[in-house]
Amino acid sequence: MRDSASIERFAPPPTCLPASSPRRRGEESSPRSPFVPIFLGVRAPSRYLWRVTVEPRLAEQNAAVALPEPFLRWFGEKGWSPRAHQIELLAKAQAGQSVLLIAPTGAGKTLAGFLPSLTELANRPKRKPGQAQRGIHTLYISPLKALAVDIERNLGKPVEGIGLPVTIETRTGDTPAHKRQRQKLVPPDILLTTPEQLALLIAAGDARRFFEDLRYVVLDELHSLVTSKRGHLLALGLARLRSFVPGLQTIGLSATVAEPDELRRWLVSQNPPKGSTGHDMAQLIVVTGGAKPEISILDSEERVPWAGHSARYATPEIYREIKRHKTTLLFVNTRSQAELLFQELWRVNEDTLPIALHHGSLDVAQRRRVEKAMGENALRAIVATSTLDLGIDWGDVDLVVHVGAPKGASRLAQRIGRANHRMDEPSKAILIPANRFEVLECRAALDANYLGAQDTPPLINGGLDVLAQHVLGCACGAPFRADDLYEEVRTAAPYVSLDRPTFDRVIDFVATGGYALKNYERYARIRLNKDGLWRVSNPRVAQQYRLNVGTIIEVPALNVRYVQAGSKGTASRGGRVLGKIEEAFLETLTHGDTFMFAGKVLRFEGIRENECFVSNAPGSDAKVPYYGGGKFPLSTYLAEQVRIMLDDPQRWKKLPEQVADWLRFQADKSVLPKRDDLLIETFPRGNRHYLVAYPFEGRLAHQTLGMLLTRRLDRAGARPLGFVATDYALAIWSLGDMGAMFKARKPSLSALFDQDMLGDDLEAWLADSWLLKRTFRNCALISGLIEKRHPGQEKSGRQVTVSTDLIYDVLRSHEPDHILLQATRADAATGLLDVSRLADMLSRIQGRIVHKALEQISPLAVPIMLEIGKMPVNGEADETLLMDAATLVAEAMGPEMVEE
Amino acid sequence: MNFSLARTSLIAEADLVGISGERAVCDPRGVLYFPDLRLLAVSDLHLEKGSSLARRGTLIPPYDTGATLLRLQAVIADYQPSIVISLGDSFHDGGGAQRMHASFRERLEALISGRQWFWVAGNHDPEAPADLPGETVRELAIGSLLFRHEPSKQRVEGEIAGHLHPCARIVQQGRSVRRRCFAGDGGRMIMPAFGAYTGSLNVLDRAYAGLFRLDTLMAYMLGAQRIFAISGSMLRPG
Repeated sequence: MRDSASIERFAPPPTCLPASSPRRRGEESSPRSPFVPIFLGVRAPSRYLWRVTVEPRLAEQNAAVALPEPFLRWFGEKGWSPRAHQIELLAKAQAGQSVLLIAPTGAGKTLAGFLPSLTELANRPKRKPGQAQRGIHTLYISPLKALAVDIERNLGKPVEGIGLPVTIETRTGDTPAHKRQRQKLVPPDILLTTPEQLALLIAAGDARRFFEDLRYVVLDELHSLVTSKRGHLLALGLARLRSFVPGLQTIGLSATVAEPDELRRWLVSQNPPKGSTGHDMAQLIVVTGGAKPEISILDSEERVPWAGHSARYATPEIYREIKRHKTTLLFVNTRSQAELLFQELWRVNEDTLPIALHHGSLDVAQRRRVEKAMGENALRAIVATSTLDLGIDWGDVDLVVHVGAPKGASRLAQRIGRANHRMDEPSKAILIPANRFEVLECRAALDANYLGAQDTPPLINGGLDVLAQHVLGCACGAPFRADDLYEEVRTAAPYVSLDRPTFDRVIDFVATGGYALKNYERYARIRLNKDGLWRVSNPRVAQQYRLNVGTIIEVPALNVRYVQAGSKGTASRGGRVLGKIEEAFLETLTHGDTFMFAGKVLRFEGIRENECFVSNAPGSDAKVPYYGGGKFPLSTYLAEQVRIMLDDPQRWKKLPEQVADWLRFQADKSVLPKRDDLLIETFPRGNRHYLVAYPFEGRLAHQTLGMLLTRRLDRAGARPLGFVATDYALAIWSLGDMGAMFKARKPSLSALFDQDMLGDDLEAWLADSWLLKRTFRNCALISGLIEKRHPGQEKSGRQVTVSTDLIYDVLRSHEPDHILLQATRADAATGLLDVSRLADMLSRIQGRIVHKALEQISPLAVPIMLEIGKMPVNGEADETLLMDAATLVAEAMGPEMVEE
Repeated sequence: MNFSLARTSLIAEADLVGISGERAVCDPRGVLYFPDLRLLAVSDLHLEKGSSLARRGTLIPPYDTGATLLRLQAVIADYQPSIVISLGDSFHDGGGAQRMHASFRERLEALISGRQWFWVAGNHDPEAPADLPGETVRELAIGSLLFRHEPSKQRVEGEIAGHLHPCARIVQQGRSVRRRCFAGDGGRMIMPAFGAYTGSLNVLDRAYAGLFRLDTLMAYMLGAQRIFAISGSMLRPG
């Protein structure tokens, strides 16, 4: 901290950093500035070698691919040489091909992506006076606004240095209206934007003309874009662009992925017009190598806890590492973990090192200050969640600490890439497992990272709700013929298997809601005219569409505002806004409860309209824990690695002694599951009977399994009372003796775990589940059934015109096959329920269930047993809670109270 | 739902609530029944809300009228009242009755026939519904009870009103449960909204200020099979 005034302003502990710090702007690029490692080659010769997969034939051609003279001169002046993959990409692009570049962080990916555009623009003849304005040449799309802004800054330097006549501008939600207007009239050569902005541009009446000169679309962080509904919308947008400009080339930039072919298909048309030379996969360039990261697992002198997610035990050891390094990035999986770790670090921060907090719920201004301080190297440590996940490069980070399990191996790789954005220096990272299972998971992740085996969620079929949004967007742009749009949509990889009847139902949905009861013909949003074209029926429709574009649905959240203690916000309304917290959490608080947020312990004062009022409660302990275990479920790949490790005592040697001991105890008292087995333990405890299963398939799949198993156990007469699921295991407790029932084969375990549970049981349970209602809400918003925003007003989550829960109930009872319910079920099955993973597991364990009937709890069962009571028990127990409350009243007031 | 139950057995002594001396049943389906008067009150049906929104471009499922009528049919079949009072906002807008699908209109007419039916004027439907039987009134006094749509500003003993769509929220074991409810203090009762697409407003909201004696306020929260009577002191805002 250089500015003690700011400490007082935010302390204790400060969440942000000094307002004034030496600026680096204006300094000439030196090899240490963040710009260099992103874009350019290394000073040759390097200590490290890169291996670029180059087909020999093309490698020869490469010699002929010369960079234009001004580029070479500029490289020369800097003492740099272009990297092989940069030249390789240029060659392929110049040969008219679309390309996927897979490279680790720091390999100069971004410059590679822009080289084809820059060289082409450099050679372009000057526009003569009186000649028409030229349109956008290159469109760059990134998942983050901040990344687009970052690129604008960094790309400006070589453009200026080489002296290129190229204009570069961003267009995001923050771009002022007058600038957008101007961009329409005088488009820049390179436009940097986000998927949502692309959707808006496509829905404009002049879209075809606006994009007529487009040559390249550069897609950054493609691996993170494609796995969500944003990716579906973007794929459809890309399909539209290809129909405007048939020769359009795409360049995808991605971190390492397990299935590059999926991304290669995603980048190009999957249904090229007959007679064209289009390929159904983009060309692939893979850069491997670079410095191997130095990753270790903290071998704590402290006792590693059985359960929990806080990793509080390791705080002093983490602090020691922060002191040893220049700048440390600390990653955690959830916001609540971030808050807790930040508090704990400040508790031991005797040197008052500048340690800051960064997560997506904090107020934007606060986040910007932290980012700025980080860029200026004014921080010693930042505790962050996934908001800092993607490839933005700030400051000189020399250590990454990952607290909690990394969950997916590719997530881990991405985060470690954060340290040191230079490929030629090894990244340094320490993993801090929060509990014993996480020790196993960290070990597996670490091995996976060295093996380079990385995983991302498999790509799924495109959502029908997203398609509905796109169809309306297309109609807003220009009238369309259904046959043409169907063909166009199927060129996008996520929609390649879309059948025509479904497509027609989507159009029907967009037009009149697609109901069997044809009541809304006169209110249609789009209409089929005599000329065979679908047109928007009313300009108001387009206006509404523009306000509601996008697939990001925010969880209802309230502003958290500071007030004087006890004021309930009525007296002083002018306090500072600290950020936003989900309504669902705030609803459970009572006046006076304390909790952690924005790096502080706060007292809950009350809720008024869309704000939550809090006061400072320094020194008190946060009374209300916010449950937030792993937000991301264990990936299939890591789960398998953990099972393999459990099965192989040789590999336990690499584990901390206390953890290895724990596993030996388990082998002694019960058994360790074989690699492909499912271990089931049953034991009595108190007056209950317990079943603990260890599928290692992630929390979502376990939750679904828990729901289905309890239904079945109930039918079998086991009288189950509840269950709890973690990433590793599932525990069910009951009044009946489940162990005895399985022994008597009433029911047998194989019958209990039969795959047929995914049929009727799933269907029956799903119908009433709150999970499905939540999913339906998202589909309703994305598809445009319900508006997120209406012209002139912003609606909060609760004020949506009609509660989507009510709509869901009505629609389900009257038209269960409606296309939106179909979309909802498909979504829930892949997302919240992880049904496909459960299905894979059930088929894997057939005939491989190992039952251990124990007298008492086993060592392996301790972690999940500790979770009981800490986690909300799942189930439809609302009525029981109401009953409890009503009984309390009856007890307090006597039985006659209802009669007066 | 208790379709199979005989009328008399529907009313257990414990479910009876006193309003200004009259005994009433708060039915968990959201209707109020006065056995001594054979009178059924239902509030805020908001029929044709779906088509009302559709006119403005929000094409929500057109099944709300059917769903609401189906539920109304069920409670009327159970209680067989001789008087039915629809406490206002029976239609979501003035044109609702005209837009109603013929099949729904027939169903509604069948419900009305054979009993005294009162449409209390509401803010959404101040005029009588077009071409439907029943008598439209601004308010209606029966015995010591006064039925009207919006609760009066001054205290009126025995007032039964709707309009506010009350719901109540409790927190138990760290979980929050929100349900539609009847809200009453022994002298006045505000009924939950019955319509399929009707939202709700917490009884602790400012809109209810001054309407109830807080020391005797009870929320009769609607459960799946029964009413849960919760005292005002246990309720949470929001």
